[in-house]
Amino acid sequence: MASNAAVPFWRAAGMTYITYSNICANLVRNCLKEPYKTEALAREKVHFSISKWTDGKPEKPNDV
Amino acid sequence: MLRRASGLLARPILAARARPFSTDLPAAQTADATFVEAWKKVIPNMDPPKTPLSFMQPRPPTPSSIPSKLTVNFVLPYASELATKEVDMVIVPATTGQMGVLPGHVATIAELKPGVLSVHEGNEVTKYFISSGFAFIHANSFADVIAVEAVPLDRIDASLVQKGLAEFTQKLSSATTDLEKAEAQIGIDVHSALNSTLTG
Repeated sequence: MASNAAVPFWRAAGMTYITYSNICANLVRNCLKEPYKTEALAREKVHFSISKWTDGKPEKPNDV
Repeated sequence: MLRRASGLLARPILAARARPFSTDLPAAQTADATFVEAWKKVIPNMDPPKTPLSFMQPRPPTPSSIPSKLTVNFVLPYASELATKEVDMVIVPATTGQMGVLPGHVATIAELKPGVLSVHEGNEVTKYFISSGFAFIHANSFADVIAVEAVPLDRIDASLVQKGLAEFTQKLSSATTDLEKAEAQIGIDVHSALNSTLTG
């Protein structure tokens, strides 16, 4: 059995399957017709807030 | 001591012979038998609580003759497109090429590439463009297709596809690092698959 069968080009470039799959999904969403495109992009929006911690205390968070 | 060792060795061998392959498992149990026994030993008067295993439907067993219909579950992260729908055939865009799945297909796990999934039921064919995903075909003629994004073909905008294809072809020629080249290549693959779906 081949232990290292031909890896896909994205794996060889250091990308994981999840990254590859998400890129493909985003590209497909960007090629949709109008009402569906805004629905799809709105559905996939992610909100997160990042806060750096120093000396055991969080600083003010940045929202994304 | 040696006599006990031979007894201990005999048990795992028996267990291995009794359950050779996971695809041949009989219909899974609906209640967790060992948990129920242990519960009754400690608390005989109360009913044991239901475990998650008892809420799950058991896997339908592999019938001895090939069933006439394939049961398809097609799910997306945000919706379940087809849930246990009985169809005649599905064609999935596997990385190894378009694969047709009929009832009685051998158990397979296929990684999907961007392409068209077509579901054939009687005379009607429903097509979806899938961005990528996996198809699990079980021995009992159940097929699970999972995709991140799937759109019916009439929702694709041809001009955006052409624009994307041109943009990524240009990005590939100007890409420097491996990662940029890979991303540009992915863009080209997806857009050319979209293109051939619209024109072909």
